[in-house]
Amino acid sequence: MTTVSDSEAQQAVLVLEDGRSFRGQAYGAVGETVGEAVFSTGMTGYQETLTDPSYHRQVVVMTAPHIGNTGVNSVDMESQRIWVAGYVVRDPAIRPSNWRSQGDLGQALRDAGVVGISGVDTRALTRHLRDRGAMRVGIFSGPSAQRSTEELLAVVRSAPQMAGSALAAEVSTSEPYVVSPPEGTPVRFRVAALDLGIKGMTPALMAARGIEVHVLPATTSYDEVAALQPDGVFFSNGPGDPATADHEVDLLRSVLDDGVPFFGICFGNQLLGRALGLGTYKLPFGHRGINQPVLDRATGKVEVTSHNHGFAIAWPEGVPTDQPADTPYGPVRCSHVALNDDVVEGLHCETVPAFSVQYHPEAAAGPHDAEYLFDRFVELLSTHQERSASAQA
Amino acid sequence: MPRREDIKSVLVIGSGPIVIGQAAEFDYSGTQACRVLREEGVRVVLVNSNPATIMTDPGVADATYVEPITPEIVEAIIAKERPDAVLATLGGQTALNTAIALHEAGVLERYGCPLIGADVKAIQLGEDRQLFKGVVERCGAEVARSAICHTMDEVLAAAQDLGYPVVVRPSFTMGGLGSGFAHDEESLRRIAGAGLQDSPTTEVLLEESIMGWKEYELEVMRDRADNVVVVCSIENLDPMGVHTGDSITVAPAMTLTDREYQRLRDIGIAVIREVGVDTGGCNIQFAVNPADGRVIVIEMNPRVSRSSALASKATGFPIAKIAAKMALGYTLDEVPNDITSSGGTRPQQTPRSASGEEPSERFYSAAFEPTLDYVVVKVPRFAFEKFPAADPTLTTTMKSVGEAMALGRNFTESLQKALRSIERKNSSFHWREDEAPSLGMARALLEQARTPTDGRLVLVQQALRGGCTVEEVHETTGIDPWFLDQIQLINEIAEDIRTQSASGSGELSPELLRHAKRHGFSDAQIAELTGLDESVVRGVRHALGVRPVYKTVDTCAGEFVALTPYHYSSYDEETEVAPRERPAVIILGSGPNRIGQGIEFDYSCVHASLTLREHGFDTVMVNCNPETVSTDYDTSSRLYFEPLTLEDVLEVVHAERQAGPLAGVIVQLGGQTPLGLAAALKAEGVPIVGTSPEAIHLAEDRGAFGRVLAETGLTAPRHGTAFSVEEALEVAHEIGYPVLVRPSFVLGGRGMEIVYDDESLAAYVGRATEASPEHPVLVDRFLDTAVEIDVDALYDGVDLYLGGIMEHIEEAGIHSGDSACVLPPFTLGRSELAEVRDATRRLAEAIGVRGLINVQFALSQDVLYVLEANPRASRTVPFVAKATGVPLASAAARVMLGSTIASLREEGVLPSAIDGGAMPDDAPFSVKEAILPFRRFRTQTGEAVDSILGPEMRSTGEVMGIDGSFGAAFAKSQLRAGSSLPTSGTVFVSVANRDKRSMIFPLKRLVDLGFRLLATEGTADVLRRNGIPAEVVRKHSAGRGPDGTERTVVDRITAGEVDMVINTPSGRDARADGYAIRAATTSLDKPIITTVQQLSVAVLGIEAMRSGPLEVASLQEHAANLDLFGRDESGALSA
Repeated sequence: MTTVSDSEAQQAVLVLEDGRSFRGQAYGAVGETVGEAVFSTGMTGYQETLTDPSYHRQVVVMTAPHIGNTGVNSVDMESQRIWVAGYVVRDPAIRPSNWRSQGDLGQALRDAGVVGISGVDTRALTRHLRDRGAMRVGIFSGPSAQRSTEELLAVVRSAPQMAGSALAAEVSTSEPYVVSPPEGTPVRFRVAALDLGIKGMTPALMAARGIEVHVLPATTSYDEVAALQPDGVFFSNGPGDPATADHEVDLLRSVLDDGVPFFGICFGNQLLGRALGLGTYKLPFGHRGINQPVLDRATGKVEVTSHNHGFAIAWPEGVPTDQPADTPYGPVRCSHVALNDDVVEGLHCETVPAFSVQYHPEAAAGPHDAEYLFDRFVELLSTHQERSASAQA
Repeated sequence: MPRREDIKSVLVIGSGPIVIGQAAEFDYSGTQACRVLREEGVRVVLVNSNPATIMTDPGVADATYVEPITPEIVEAIIAKERPDAVLATLGGQTALNTAIALHEAGVLERYGCPLIGADVKAIQLGEDRQLFKGVVERCGAEVARSAICHTMDEVLAAAQDLGYPVVVRPSFTMGGLGSGFAHDEESLRRIAGAGLQDSPTTEVLLEESIMGWKEYELEVMRDRADNVVVVCSIENLDPMGVHTGDSITVAPAMTLTDREYQRLRDIGIAVIREVGVDTGGCNIQFAVNPADGRVIVIEMNPRVSRSSALASKATGFPIAKIAAKMALGYTLDEVPNDITSSGGTRPQQTPRSASGEEPSERFYSAAFEPTLDYVVVKVPRFAFEKFPAADPTLTTTMKSVGEAMALGRNFTESLQKALRSIERKNSSFHWREDEAPSLGMARALLEQARTPTDGRLVLVQQALRGGCTVEEVHETTGIDPWFLDQIQLINEIAEDIRTQSASGSGELSPELLRHAKRHGFSDAQIAELTGLDESVVRGVRHALGVRPVYKTVDTCAGEFVALTPYHYSSYDEETEVAPRERPAVIILGSGPNRIGQGIEFDYSCVHASLTLREHGFDTVMVNCNPETVSTDYDTSSRLYFEPLTLEDVLEVVHAERQAGPLAGVIVQLGGQTPLGLAAALKAEGVPIVGTSPEAIHLAEDRGAFGRVLAETGLTAPRHGTAFSVEEALEVAHEIGYPVLVRPSFVLGGRGMEIVYDDESLAAYVGRATEASPEHPVLVDRFLDTAVEIDVDALYDGVDLYLGGIMEHIEEAGIHSGDSACVLPPFTLGRSELAEVRDATRRLAEAIGVRGLINVQFALSQDVLYVLEANPRASRTVPFVAKATGVPLASAAARVMLGSTIASLREEGVLPSAIDGGAMPDDAPFSVKEAILPFRRFRTQTGEAVDSILGPEMRSTGEVMGIDGSFGAAFAKSQLRAGSSLPTSGTVFVSVANRDKRSMIFPLKRLVDLGFRLLATEGTADVLRRNGIPAEVVRKHSAGRGPDGTERTVVDRITAGEVDMVINTPSGRDARADGYAIRAATTSLDKPIITTVQQLSVAVLGIEAMRSGPLEVASLQEHAANLDLFGRDESGALSA
């Protein structure tokens, strides 16, 4: 769909499915792309955002005006590639300046064939998405920008919707791999991590705590998981509509049935919700940014967290969030709630060893306030290990 | 957590007078704090000696003590008011140091009023450098390698260890006072010597140099549940080595990856926790090595600071307000974010779900981190022209007197807006054809830019323009290449404009014009590049429809709906200005603080806004000064954070005209800046309310004003105009010496001098005309020994309301802003006051004033001379308002919008029968004293700059002393931490011959009070002949004698043996001596008296202090006793 060429000074146009359009200049690759338009409000961490698989099939609008200032480097990659379907910025950096920089972002986007647009009133676009909700969008640059608006709109409207999309398989690793604790850190636990679009920082933070992380393809069966004899199972973040992920939900139910400790992040949180019998729904425009306040109901403390989710768990009607809800796996508490809009941001099962959060304790990009959740997972693994050990004894 | 119920009353300590390093930002933060506390039902007791503040308005606190901020006085206030707690984290270093002193004296414990916000331990951990080093290390971070020293020997040994250059930082001083870089032993001895003296604990820190590293700041807040948020990151464009207050700074940080930023954030949070700031804000500064990212923590302030005011304005997150709520016990999640919240509480028990309705009320809490979709640039404003002898090199000691902030959708737009907001010639980038630098010249400019000075960025821009590469410039200045690249981009656009306008049709394409505007070019800059008139550029631009839109500061980058119309302009697509129905009044603020135009003008603007909002108008504030109350987002109905140039103001006017009806623009309240725009605005068809631009011209133009005086039969000192030295001498001979000379093109005392003879006159004119050959020099007869009188009055076309008559303590010749004055006048008789009233009325009528007028008179040998009339709010309006208990600025705003004085008297806004010009006999005395920044500045050789007062204004701020007795009022005006009139001890006297006669009586009185006098030989002779004993000391110029053991007066002053110095400037021979004496005294912060009048009054003050402890009373108590509102025409209190 895209052609790579020098995008210098080429015209570009962004067309939303409701007909509003913005003109600008080509950024990154020249060509055309469609996806779901979402905005991200982080002021740092564009490289982490671009390489986060959860952004697969999404056209990301950056609200921070200057993008690319610090270039790109090999360390800040959250996966092997850039995942966004398109990129919208206001003022791309003329040149990167940072001691860690190894390359230019515009070039990296061109190399990855990612079509972008710059010079857009990104605030106007963001306010539009905020008021009308996330919607499909197309970016057309170079020759394709010359086509009529009607034609471009037709292209945008023919693109698939995000609701109802199963995308995990598209972003997941094709082969299992292992992330081992760094040298000098003894292996304490083995965890099977289902890759639904996992970010590199997640296994890294687990490994730093003595976990040998077996990252598995999304299509992995429960037997294959069980064959690893894991101390715990982890479900990662990832793109798409949780309502479509029936295979993963079945797998998770087996994990819960067997009483294996479980931790889920983001998509993994939504899947825990589904496994417990809760519903999910699409937020009007989602949470994407690194300044989102979340209240930990257990401690009453607020953590500033990194978010990237368009879907959320629907708490059962009629049950207050400070009361547990009944599920086939026993009571579940809403452990965390978004302060801005009361969205359920975490689940804690009272009888089975499982918990999850909707946001990103691995940060990357974002604040480290929620990193303690990895410690909590380690505690859960450790308690469970002790318990099984004493049961055996 | 709910708020603490044990706190029913709080003492808030303010920051006192505006000084360099501690300015209007504390009025902003303190006002916010007081308002919050009162909203919460807490009784607020305030102490602040600064009358020019909104904070000290009687409505802001329950009991407002305009009293000196010294431990003794504050203790007296505590004893009287018995507050439950003391809040000292919103009044800068002054408040914090006072709180520490009160703690150490056991006062807080004795009266059971603990500190809230940060406790003593936290303050000490944050401020004590050695303790702070431990804090940082416990947080797993690094500080610069360093050593604490208490003596010069320790200093020298430590420097050997660390290697030169080393940084010297005295402990417990504000704004980096006394800090500096020492490159060798000689400079080390000088800087560390002064530092040991400046530090109240005789302690300096020496540390490794991290000059040239990148500098960052974080604003962090913590509540008592240990929630912590980072409100803002700030990156300094000027690398380490320049005080952050003197640096150009940018928010958010521009050149950090997320990993690096999160590392700073982690450290910042760990530090605020380790220091133990219970609740409130703190500011933490970092240096980052650009080569490898090594992070060093420089310092933290456990209180609201200048940077937090900047961060509040930059993000819309009101740090001080929220800090005050947190001090009462609220947690961040319980406090709403005003910008986005419409009501309700969070979290709720039912989460929003797929079927959930959008609630009608939205509560967004303050427990979040603002995210910006714009760029903020702050540029400092300096006043080196006022201190020609001062070294203009920027160092770790702050020297700027104000700042401007600008917002834009990219860095280039914000930077160019900020540079033009500074309102100084040559502060903006330029591309003048005749000055296009060659590569050689560019390299020379770059060499100049190696040393940081005011205006360095223009040098950088010119160097890049002349062909220096970004790498070369980065190498030389340490400025990050990213910023330099942006400046290069600006240069390239300028070149495109020039090329396009010089080619073919000579017309600019709409695309290029839009492109240039997007990168912050002003119409004036485009005019310069195209050779067109600015108005032509504007006309073309408007014809092409190239106009700015206005975006909103909303804390959340558009994620949520913003409810507060806090706008900034940008050349983007979509505007966010909402339509409105009520008529709007646009109030033009006063721009960056500078000497002569400061917080006093902001005071009047804020009053106008608050009053007019209550009387049927929507008020629209335009200003670019982040330190002020006027730029608080809830002071006015709408806020436009914009430069105060004609172009920027016209665009705001246009936008507001599109939005709804416009009543007019107020130019009278913000000082000279808006006044200077009046005529041009009117020419563009903008309605000006109040005094018309034509009337303003009558007062400002010398010729026109001469005719006004002739019409009204009033007298001005004789004067003439000269274009050459010969002409000047001729005028001087005709009108007689001494004469006051000044260039014709500047106002506000700039470049003025008093000369006594031909030689100095010729020298002055030589200098002045060389500077600007096309402008003449004005020569006025100088009224020696005249009494100067300042009047603020209100005129509506029929009635005059005399706000107050102030008598200067110094004689004419000292700039009115630097002169102490007293209200009511202490030596003027009834007939003289009547004459002043009559002259003021005649002037107001003849000029056509509608609103405020300030007149300066001089009374000499029974003749009342008019020195100048300003048809605008003056510097003294807030002082007069507080001294008389009448809201003068509010009344002025009403008059400008058509109310009459008669109706305001009826309404009770003004007293019904009398006014401030007829103060009753039992009225308290209010003394206003100027605060001078001499200690801040050093000459290039490291000496203090001269502290002589003159016709050029040099004070940065003022204090007010109010008391029933004049002597006590004066003593209070002289009393501040570390400096006050002595009540016993040794006084050194050296006065000019002309002053010898008049000093005898006051000196005799000093001796009777038990003071010991030291005098130079000539003065001592005169004293002895009058029966006053005085010890003769060696003159400084006489040296230390043949064997170098005989100590001079300067040695004795430096040794701390002298408690007060009386030194009036005399002939040229003694000038060098006088300078050395004053410099030594200034360095030690001992009182120095440079006029005879000051001496007489000082003696009264000393007597008052010796007669017992000074008594404290609140403004509310004074106002109740004075009660102008309850008095009849005779001044008697009506029954």
